Amino acid sequence: MMLKIENLHAGIDGREILKGIDLEVNAGEVHAIMGPNGSGKSTMSNVLAGHPAYHVTEGRVTFKGKDLLSMSAEERSHEGLFMSFQYPVEIPGVSMTNFMRTAINEKRKALGEEPLPPAAFLRLVKEKRDLVKLDAKFMNRSVNEGFSGGEKKRNEIFQMAMLEPSLSILDETDSGLDIDALRIVADGVNRLRSADTSVIVITHYQRLLDYIKPDVVHVLYQGRIIKTSGPELALELEERGYDWVIKEFEDSLG
Amino acid sequence: MKPEQNYIELFNRNRALIDSGSAGAMNALRDRALDCLVRHGLPHKGLEEYLHTDVAEWFGPDWGLNPARIDMHVDMAQAFRCNVPNLSTLLYFLANDEFALSQTAARASLPEGVFAGSLREAAGSRPEIVERYYGRSADMDRPGIAAVNSMFAQDGMMIYVPDGVVIDKPLQLVTLLHSPVDMMVNRRILVVLGRCARLKLLLCDHALSANRFLTTQVMEVFAGPGSGLELYDLEETHNANLRISELYVSQEQDSSVEADFVTLHNGRTRNTVYVTLQGRGARLSLNGIGAIDREQHLDNMTFVDHRVPECTSNELFKYVLDDSATGAFAGKVLVRKDAQHTSSEQTNRNICLTRSARMFTQPQLEIYADDVKCSHGATVGQLDDRAMFYMRQRGIPEQEARMMLMQAFVGEVIGRVALEPLRDRLNRLVEKRFRGELSQCEGCRACR
Repeated sequence: MMLKIENLHAGIDGREILKGIDLEVNAGEVHAIMGPNGSGKSTMSNVLAGHPAYHVTEGRVTFKGKDLLSMSAEERSHEGLFMSFQYPVEIPGVSMTNFMRTAINEKRKALGEEPLPPAAFLRLVKEKRDLVKLDAKFMNRSVNEGFSGGEKKRNEIFQMAMLEPSLSILDETDSGLDIDALRIVADGVNRLRSADTSVIVITHYQRLLDYIKPDVVHVLYQGRIIKTSGPELALELEERGYDWVIKEFEDSLG
Repeated sequence: MKPEQNYIELFNRNRALIDSGSAGAMNALRDRALDCLVRHGLPHKGLEEYLHTDVAEWFGPDWGLNPARIDMHVDMAQAFRCNVPNLSTLLYFLANDEFALSQTAARASLPEGVFAGSLREAAGSRPEIVERYYGRSADMDRPGIAAVNSMFAQDGMMIYVPDGVVIDKPLQLVTLLHSPVDMMVNRRILVVLGRCARLKLLLCDHALSANRFLTTQVMEVFAGPGSGLELYDLEETHNANLRISELYVSQEQDSSVEADFVTLHNGRTRNTVYVTLQGRGARLSLNGIGAIDREQHLDNMTFVDHRVPECTSNELFKYVLDDSATGAFAGKVLVRKDAQHTSSEQTNRNICLTRSARMFTQPQLEIYADDVKCSHGATVGQLDDRAMFYMRQRGIPEQEARMMLMQAFVGEVIGRVALEPLRDRLNRLVEKRFRGELSQCEGCRACR
């Protein structure tokens, strides 16, 4: 199993936002997590990625058989967890090349491997840039600085391709993207899919799921998963909104 | 007793000795200097410009001087190897305030008319220059250390570049503090650039022995019409050094001056810069980096006086403060009534890495002309924690991510350094500093 979340309670600033999440993701699967604003989607991705501002109060998360919650953010990354940010951060003065080379080599160091020779690194960059049609000029620029919204998201997928994670969490990757950029991003993600890798797509809208086909769709509401179903659920939510699922859930509580 | 009293008595007792160890114009200034010190005293915390640095207190201990110029036996070439890769310089030394030159500098043939050597010697051999410029712009009639420095300074360096002469190779002046006992050192630097003359000058301030030092450095720069100066002042001393420097720059028409202050290792430091833009079209770039930790203290004060139209000044100072370090920056820009079409930009940005590090910043613009473009900005903050998380998510460990962010932060200042090999060098030095590898001054054998 890739990821197993059991009874996860977590929050920020003393406020509990996730109130008992259970979720299992197998290798090779794509899961979509959908939900209205404020349901806890971003909290969930931040907690899984190890954001230090969030604290876990209860539950456990197992990632490829290891206790995820005891690892630092960088250790999770080295173990193969990747998160595509909803708002990629600009880092003035740190070039994309320097950033990516450090990231790659730190991971290799953690795995007991030698640093990637410069020529091999450049080849890898070229190959992965092509995947998301990211121009070479971006590599000399500061990370995300002056990038358009679409370029930032393509840059996220470029980094994902470079780091070859086993689990990728795409947090609202579709937000702010036009249809062409959406296609490029989705195409990049699809080409990185394999029987050994899993993807969690976190999204408010269904449209990204037209391009990245999920195996399972979950609805997150008030910090809990209130419905889990097949890909047809996404379409139904697009058509009918979230209210009916919420009502169904509330009725079930009596 | 006021702290200056000690030094006034010391001066009166040793006047003949001081004069005999110096020459001409340097001696001629001493009476007026004494008079100014008596009137103004030493700068203390009660003065607005010295709010964060009590210089008078630094003079409190009864510092010893070396007016008899007893040889401290510093074999410069042996003691010091300043390793700036790809930067070939003509190397000169001031051991305390005693001038010496390297073999390469001794052999080098500088263009005709150029003088680069001992200020004391120049006062004898080139009196027409020294008399004309020495003490002309160093303002002793205000709170500062120009007066006390002028009373006691016996030597230093003078560089004179006549009209139209360009010196391509950078000159490097390494100042070395070396003494078997605690000591006060007063040194003086005079730079005169004729019309369209060009000079690159790198000052490296080091301490060879672990004793306590009080250093005063007064530097006067006269940039003639159309001249160009790149001046880099790099301090890598130690925690027991107290440094007070004053730089006076006077710029004529269309001259261009870049002055960069880099403080990588120090005890307590106060640098004051006075720039007078007195010829149309003069351009100034004034920058600084402070990387300080432990109990270190760094106070940079700049005063840019736009006196005439169409001059440009750009200032960028950045500090990274760790542990219980304290920093101060005060930047005053005065745009006088006649200085129309002035363009002036001043930025001071600071990162406090701990809760006990403290930074005081005070931009101050006084504008009396109406058609000008002036801006200023100052911030004190922490490392961007969103960037930290982003980098860590990509597998960059926290410590490394911090390093990269600090390096990027001061990298903006290093980017302004015109001398390319020095840029590379500074990037490396700053990285070593942030990694804690530069715990003593780099290049001094005595410290290794």
